[in-house]
Amino acid sequence: MDPSPEPDPSHEPHSAYPEGAYPEGAYPEGAYPEDAYEGGHGPYQPHEPGYGLDQPGYSPYEDEIPDAQARMLAIKNAKAYLLTTSTKSGLNLYDHLATILTKILDEQPANTVDIIETISQDVKWAQFRKKMDTLRDEHLIPPTFEAAEKCKALFIKEAGEEEPEELDEEMGEPALPNVMETAFYFEQAGIGLSKDECYYIFLAFKNLISVQPIQTCRFWGKILGLEMNYIIAEVQLREGEEEEEEREEEEEETVAEEEKEMGEGEEEVEQKEKEPEPPKSTYKPPPEIPKEANGTGTNKYVYFVCNEPGKPWVKLPPVTPAQIVCARQIKKFFTGRLDAPIVSFPPFPGNEANYLRAQIARISAGTHVSPTGFYQFPEDEEEEEGGDTYEENPEFEPPPVAEMVESLAMWAHHVKGILKQGRCVWINPAQKSEEDEEEGEEEEEEEEEERQEETGQPLLTLISEDEGNLRTSTSAGVTNTIQKATLLRCPRRQRQNFPLSQESLRQQTPLWKRSWLSRLRRKKP
Amino acid sequence: MEALSLPAALSLVAGGGAGLSPELRAALGASLPLLQRDYRFERVWFWGCIQGVRGAYYIAQGLGPDRAAPRSRLYSLNCLDWSLLTAATEEMLALAEEVKGRFQGDPSFEYSLAEINPEAAARLVQSGKEEARLIATIEQIDRAVGIVPRGAFVKTPLGSVHENRHFEGLSLVEAKKLSSYFHFTEPTNLKNKTLLEKADLDPSTDFLNSLEHDIPQGSWSIQLEKGGSVVVLRSLLWLGLTFYHVPMTKQFGYVYFGTGEKNLDLPFML
Repeated sequence: MDPSPEPDPSHEPHSAYPEGAYPEGAYPEGAYPEDAYEGGHGPYQPHEPGYGLDQPGYSPYEDEIPDAQARMLAIKNAKAYLLTTSTKSGLNLYDHLATILTKILDEQPANTVDIIETISQDVKWAQFRKKMDTLRDEHLIPPTFEAAEKCKALFIKEAGEEEPEELDEEMGEPALPNVMETAFYFEQAGIGLSKDECYYIFLAFKNLISVQPIQTCRFWGKILGLEMNYIIAEVQLREGEEEEEEREEEEEETVAEEEKEMGEGEEEVEQKEKEPEPPKSTYKPPPEIPKEANGTGTNKYVYFVCNEPGKPWVKLPPVTPAQIVCARQIKKFFTGRLDAPIVSFPPFPGNEANYLRAQIARISAGTHVSPTGFYQFPEDEEEEEGGDTYEENPEFEPPPVAEMVESLAMWAHHVKGILKQGRCVWINPAQKSEEDEEEGEEEEEEEEEERQEETGQPLLTLISEDEGNLRTSTSAGVTNTIQKATLLRCPRRQRQNFPLSQESLRQQTPLWKRSWLSRLRRKKP
Repeated sequence: MEALSLPAALSLVAGGGAGLSPELRAALGASLPLLQRDYRFERVWFWGCIQGVRGAYYIAQGLGPDRAAPRSRLYSLNCLDWSLLTAATEEMLALAEEVKGRFQGDPSFEYSLAEINPEAAARLVQSGKEEARLIATIEQIDRAVGIVPRGAFVKTPLGSVHENRHFEGLSLVEAKKLSSYFHFTEPTNLKNKTLLEKADLDPSTDFLNSLEHDIPQGSWSIQLEKGGSVVVLRSLLWLGLTFYHVPMTKQFGYVYFGTGEKNLDLPFML
């Protein structure tokens, strides 16, 4: 080798390699690998580092394809490989990586290298979501938006009826209950539905009043069910309407009885022909106790229910004593459908609508209370034990809050309690049965002695005189322990619109009834 | 439910009638962040309220970095002053099984075990204080019916559990199924699944028991409220536990407003 230090301009540096193997400027002058030998670095010995690096296949630059065209071809091959579509998902790695990098550069999250796998997964999921959304949109729209439309319909009806309402208010007491005001008071006690729901209920009441002939109306409460819930309105219909409905019901009953008698007559004729007959059973079931007349006792009020505000109101049938007696013995969840059967033991005579009505009657009788002295018996009538009517006491002085909390004697029931028989007023079933049958009088006379007349506590008894469970599980408390001064005297005006009896707004979080639980809670001072 | 989202969450749960008065809400809003500061919790959950005859207990839970670790529980009688409860022991759980009836509302109230069950009284060393019963009841409720939606929590390979930052909420169809919700406790029957079922599971999110195998069947009531914008699950075994989730959002939580009694009549009531 010529140790000529001067660079020869005509000297072609790579005589061993074809021209153009290295692009211009790929290596600085004098740095070509084969110059190593010319520069005095001899062939490397095995023990020296770098041994063998000059051989093809071992150079550190070997993965760079020397030939430019070959390199471009290799790049194209690599890109084609990246662009191959996956047989499973239809994606290709090239687009996937491009999307990931675009997303990262757009969002610039912190600690990207730690969450790179999650980002990759998200990008993949986003691909799928786009495809399925167009299919799913049609399915998702109906439930949410239908309900919203119903709620909007509640508002729209209100706008159309503004004028007639103004006239009605001048006539007498407004029938529409002030749901929002009562909701405010209950919220202070920590009970209640959300404000939105209360307003929807208020609008639903407006609809109810416009449809049915209602004299007074009150929001009784809400009962939770498995599939749907019940919203309950306690209503008194105007007197004329009630009589019409009673007549309709009686007609239906007499028609049914006539059909039964016809059927029995035919059976008797058939039985006389066959001989010998097996001994007839002498068991006569106890006579059915008649239900109380509409407007008295357990049927004093009529109840309407709906599943949600916006849905049509359904009237519940009057309750019979047999249903109340059976409801005391069973404990079932409500499903939310009024026509659902009640499968229980003892078998409940009726479906869910009857069971709901029976529970409402039991709750009202057990827990509706008001401050002692707020209601009084009307002075005109004599004070009978069976007195069912009461009126507001115009001279009621609200006692201080501390007294009302301490002693249960400040509260009184204003709904008649239900006797063991299932009615509020005891009736002797033997009287009615004597009219129907003349046989078996002796047996019935013996039974009369066993059935003693049941008396319940008269109306307006203090709850401190309740016995047993009723007393120990009723507690009273104040809502606001801080501002004691302002709560000493409850303003009179508020009492008129809202007797504290409404605290028995039956928000039932347990799905079965607890008849002995008053809903004011106590907070320790 | 998360302490920070308490007002919104309470309005979603109010369909069941349970709620807090404005005084208590304001008190919670002030005292829960202070709890977080004093005890160095990463998250504070308002667990709910157990109503006794004479008073109510308000319970809060604090969570550390590992959400599946045993949680610290605190109780208060007025939502302002909180006291830490000790962890539940087997004895306390045995005590809670024996005692029936409502809570009294006084944490130092002693149950006379000798009257209830003399044998159990002989076995139990601890006296039957209401505080022990409270601890055991909260533990039982959390184990039995404390639920979270699927995908809300992920398990890291190291074993610790974190919230899933990429949880976008369940879809409306998924939200109606019981299998989309998990019990947030130690899983008991994951290994009993067949291989086919296990192949569909994702070990990072499906590491808990789902609700569909709860006994008895039908012990959960799923309802869509507000026309499908909120999914509310109510437990029928522990009456008063309500879980809410707004589909397609990250909002979910559960709260207990009740008397603290297990509904042993459940099979007869269904």
